[in-house]
Amino acid sequence: MSSISTPTTSGQSRETRNREIKHRQMQSPPSRQRKRRVEPIFYFFLVPSLILFTLAITVPGVIGIFFSFTDSIGIGDWEFIGLTNYIAIFSDPAILQSYLFTFGFSIVTVIAVNVVAFLLAVGLTSRIRMKSALRTIFVIPMVVSGIIIAYVFNFLFSNSLPSLGAAAGIPWLESSLLANPDFAWIAIVMVTAWQAVPGALLIYIAGLVAVPGDVYEAAEIDGASKFQQLVKITLPLVAGYVVINIILGFKGFLNAYDIIVGLTNGGPGTSTRSIAMTVISGFNGGDYAYQMANATIFFVVAILISLLQLSLTRGRNAL
Amino acid sequence: MKNESMTTSPVITKKSSSTVERVNWPATTVLVLCAVTVLLPLYVTVSMAFKTQGQAVDGNAFSFPAPFSLDGFFQAWTLTNFPVGAAMSLLVTAGTVLATIILAAFASYAIVRNWERRLFRYSFFYLLGAMFIPFPVVALPQIQLTGRLGLDNPFGVILLATMFQLSFSVLLFTAFLRSIPMELEESARIDGASTWQTFWKLIFPLLAPMSATVGIFAFLYAWNDFMMPSLIISDPAMQTLPVRQNLFQTQFSNNYHVSFASYLMAMAPAIVAYLFTQRWVMAGVTQGAVKG
Repeated sequence: MSSISTPTTSGQSRETRNREIKHRQMQSPPSRQRKRRVEPIFYFFLVPSLILFTLAITVPGVIGIFFSFTDSIGIGDWEFIGLTNYIAIFSDPAILQSYLFTFGFSIVTVIAVNVVAFLLAVGLTSRIRMKSALRTIFVIPMVVSGIIIAYVFNFLFSNSLPSLGAAAGIPWLESSLLANPDFAWIAIVMVTAWQAVPGALLIYIAGLVAVPGDVYEAAEIDGASKFQQLVKITLPLVAGYVVINIILGFKGFLNAYDIIVGLTNGGPGTSTRSIAMTVISGFNGGDYAYQMANATIFFVVAILISLLQLSLTRGRNAL
Repeated sequence: MKNESMTTSPVITKKSSSTVERVNWPATTVLVLCAVTVLLPLYVTVSMAFKTQGQAVDGNAFSFPAPFSLDGFFQAWTLTNFPVGAAMSLLVTAGTVLATIILAAFASYAIVRNWERRLFRYSFFYLLGAMFIPFPVVALPQIQLTGRLGLDNPFGVILLATMFQLSFSVLLFTAFLRSIPMELEESARIDGASTWQTFWKLIFPLLAPMSATVGIFAFLYAWNDFMMPSLIISDPAMQTLPVRQNLFQTQFSNNYHVSFASYLMAMAPAIVAYLFTQRWVMAGVTQGAVKG
């Protein structure tokens, strides 16, 4: 019944639509498109965002880059000093250390987060009980304030674990991890990973759900073990998601601030000071222009990573 | 017909149902144990908050509160001036959520409907640019500018937070708007609706699921953020809840039941909001990743 009546109506509508499209094309040759005036209301919709965005982000960005070529301390007179700030930065041990720490910490955290998130995602998409309850729980760390959970972990690292260590007679547990200049970064990795796993996990789950089940059935018939299936089938099929997770994670971790403030505040000494923390120190330290040069370099690094992201994710039609 | 064919081929149904229902107990056990580690710091927060001062300093963070005490909450309430802090957090959060949804929906609609115009097309990429600019890069000049403009208060934070949320939100809205067929809008036009009316009566309701995602992410960001309010808001009396918690890092550092009660009061709203909006939180993560 329905199969008889549809062709005529859809044919009709298609015909009219075609006529409309032709009509439109004739009215508007491809080069100078429609001369129709834009309704003023569309400017009202768009322009506030453009103005506020320019005031809030573009103007400060330009001001910052401008002052990075001066000796301004944030207020009062200033002079152009060319590239002096930039040259000084490359031989400033404090800034080099912050870059070294931030990149090292980010690389370790990215690896930890992706390994844990991938394994959890495989588990959460297998035949388990309480699937949705478990998923709900695993996402909670993402919605908790970074600074506050860092305070909580701070208490655990500096009070609870040492007293557990003392009670169990384990010497290396007795002193706080956060007070150790060589290992405090491990605590930062742990808390950052605790909070970052859910985001990566959800992306991996989306990737794993998209893998058709018959691929595994075929592999099973061919006698592939579960581990072989994981490495030879699952991993290649979600490779695009791995790339996305690594880059999104890395970009985020480079900005690390809240969790470090809550755990070590850059200490002991300056061993865990991130790039963001050194930049912000320019606000109180009187080296405003100098830290703006630092921020500008950081900006270039962020752009380079984003370009890498675009080149790696473009052309992946699977995503 | 279909039912019949299912019942007439019992071999296939039996096979598939048995594979579906075979529960992987080892995996379930491992995941439950992992879930416990995820919940452990949250359990400590809750149990510490309900302890008495004597029990809070006994060194065993994992014990159950005995007796239950609300003393921590009463003290935290006055120490952090909780009502004012909560009001500031609410102001910043509500402002950021509303401004993000409205501005992003407005801009996205204008951009998608005028894509053939250069101004609108370029605006899209311009607004997306903030995804490449982390806050620390522009923080110093922003602190100065907001100070000079009298925006070194929650309103300045609303403005900046909204602008940083705009990229992600415009990305989600424009992708969704492109999938809405023009015919729908044209029929509204034929009924005599103006663009303004079309937007509010037709487009904005259609955007509701996207607005939920955009809104919950703006909520989580604004409610939980420490860095931006701590740098932009100059008057400590106007600080948001996360920033107020640094009180316990310097003073009162041994009143653990007070600090944890305070942490709990600051964290709980975000967790509760998440539990009610999980669907959109989870959708937002994957959509944001795939499109960004």
